[in-house]
Amino acid sequence: MTVSSSARPIPDLSYKPGLQRNLLSRLLTLIAGLFSAICVLPLVLVLAYVLIMGGGKISLALFTQLPPPPGLEGGGIGNAIIGTIIVSIIAGLIAIPVGVGGGIFLAEYSKGGSFAQFIRFGTNVLSGVPSIIAGVFIYGIIVSTRIFFGNSYSALAGGIALSILMLPTVIKTTDEGLKLVSDDLRRGALGVGASRFVTIVRITLPTAFTPIATGVVLSIARAAGETAPLIFTALFSPFWPEGIFNPIASLSVLIYNFAIMPYQAQNELAWAASFVLVVFILAMNLFARWLGRFAAK
Amino acid sequence: MSPDTEEQYLLRRRPASEKLVDVGFKNLAIALASMVAIVLFAILVVVFWGSLDSMGRYGWKFLVTSNWNPVDDEYGAFTAIYGTIVTSLLSLAIAVPLGVGTAVFITENIIPRRIRDVIGVMVELLAAIPSVVLGLWAIFVLEPFIRPFLNWLNQAFGWLPIFSSAPMGPGMAPAILILVVMILPIITAIARDSLNQVPIKLRQAAYGVGTTRWGAILNVILPAAVSGIVGGVMLALGRAMGETMAVTMIIGNSNNFSWSLLAPGNTIAAMLANQFGEADGSQVSSLMYAAFVLIVLTLAVNVFAQWLVKRLSLKY
Repeated sequence: MTVSSSARPIPDLSYKPGLQRNLLSRLLTLIAGLFSAICVLPLVLVLAYVLIMGGGKISLALFTQLPPPPGLEGGGIGNAIIGTIIVSIIAGLIAIPVGVGGGIFLAEYSKGGSFAQFIRFGTNVLSGVPSIIAGVFIYGIIVSTRIFFGNSYSALAGGIALSILMLPTVIKTTDEGLKLVSDDLRRGALGVGASRFVTIVRITLPTAFTPIATGVVLSIARAAGETAPLIFTALFSPFWPEGIFNPIASLSVLIYNFAIMPYQAQNELAWAASFVLVVFILAMNLFARWLGRFAAK
Repeated sequence: MSPDTEEQYLLRRRPASEKLVDVGFKNLAIALASMVAIVLFAILVVVFWGSLDSMGRYGWKFLVTSNWNPVDDEYGAFTAIYGTIVTSLLSLAIAVPLGVGTAVFITENIIPRRIRDVIGVMVELLAAIPSVVLGLWAIFVLEPFIRPFLNWLNQAFGWLPIFSSAPMGPGMAPAILILVVMILPIITAIARDSLNQVPIKLRQAAYGVGTTRWGAILNVILPAAVSGIVGGVMLALGRAMGETMAVTMIIGNSNNFSWSLLAPGNTIAAMLANQFGEADGSQVSSLMYAAFVLIVLTLAVNVFAQWLVKRLSLKY
């Protein structure tokens, strides 16, 4: 054995940049870097355009006035801002209790049975349903049947459509947030004589508050930016909101309507509305990110 | 929780009111969880019910004819179905290499951690930009920018059916590009998670036998993570098929069938967004039929994706 090793030359282990395989490796690294740059580019470009085209239009009038009739100058998007807030609140009021309740069932009560598996599977499937289908669905059962006092298009219908899109996110984050809570806490609470209900409401839910809140904030941000389910449930209104049983304006539908109009004033308002919407959504995202980091400490 | 811990909870005698609250809360939670199943089922029933009229009248011909004429009550959704499938598959073909390449770039220790994190956050924020804002950007920035290039494609390769028409603003090609932007974050995020799950030992072993970085990535790490990546790609495909606003704003919403990618086209989702508000009578039913086709397509893709992720999860 020792004889053969003395005959073998000592391999040169130093890195040779000129080798073909090392050159190929560097080339591929360069390509991957290029791909990342291409990935990041749209965000930078979209943000830059929204900031430049929309940021210049920011004024007090933008927030306090109604949009002008087609072809006229001036005006603002006040009704759409309020409308977006109203519709998002309606969606949250429906989706948060239902989603948190469903998440509590999955994390606290189900013991991995077939029903819980089915609900988890259903949650994943529902999160893959295209957003426009939520609009078609609500159109079919609420708008076309005129359930609400004979009114067809309404803010309420829009909010319900958005809540369908929020539901899977809220359920999933509640389920996962509650699963992170240590079982010792539950045993401790139950050990000092708390009931199941008190344990969940007073101990486990508050402990899991941050991950759940993060998920809720993200789902609200997503709902606020949704357009497809609103264009034929909440429709649009050029006036101030007239209650939740009437059509209502929203930023996203305003952007859609005004972007495809052949008038420059309307196009500019679409950019301004995009600015407001994007700033709101990015702020919500950064807030959720901060919440998450806050919890990790 | 295991059954033996459960017994300990019962040591204390519980008043009837407490039991009632407990049982009531549990049933409430079950009822709320059931909402998911109920909503999903209701969506299928409502859309199917709404499309019955059109299904009975046009049957299978609805799927293979492309005559969409509300005036004569003639409906065929082939243009939209073709558009849905072509735009989503082509956008996938572009987004997969970009997304997976980015994921490799930000997981494989190529660049400092801080830059990696910045790229990761930026890709996630890109996913948060509303579809309608991307559509606005596509109309006023992207489409005018790429039009000269599309013109060149038409002049140089016009003999190919897919480049046979001159670009005139909105069309399939810009819609595909904006879809790429929308599904890139999904692919990147899922590919990154899958790559992060590949055990460090596999990498160490690969480098230990003297491979280069890309030798390890291509022969060891990517094959180990491929199941998760494929699952993510399928989810992205489902998303691309159902994506509505950005596509509606830039695809041109033409019901005339054309093989050309440079011509205006349509997708099912865009058709719904465009026509539902002012439709009535048999047009509503036909749109519901198209919506039903879209649901079936996206559900099939999503269920297959979930099965794939579960079935092919890492075996290391």
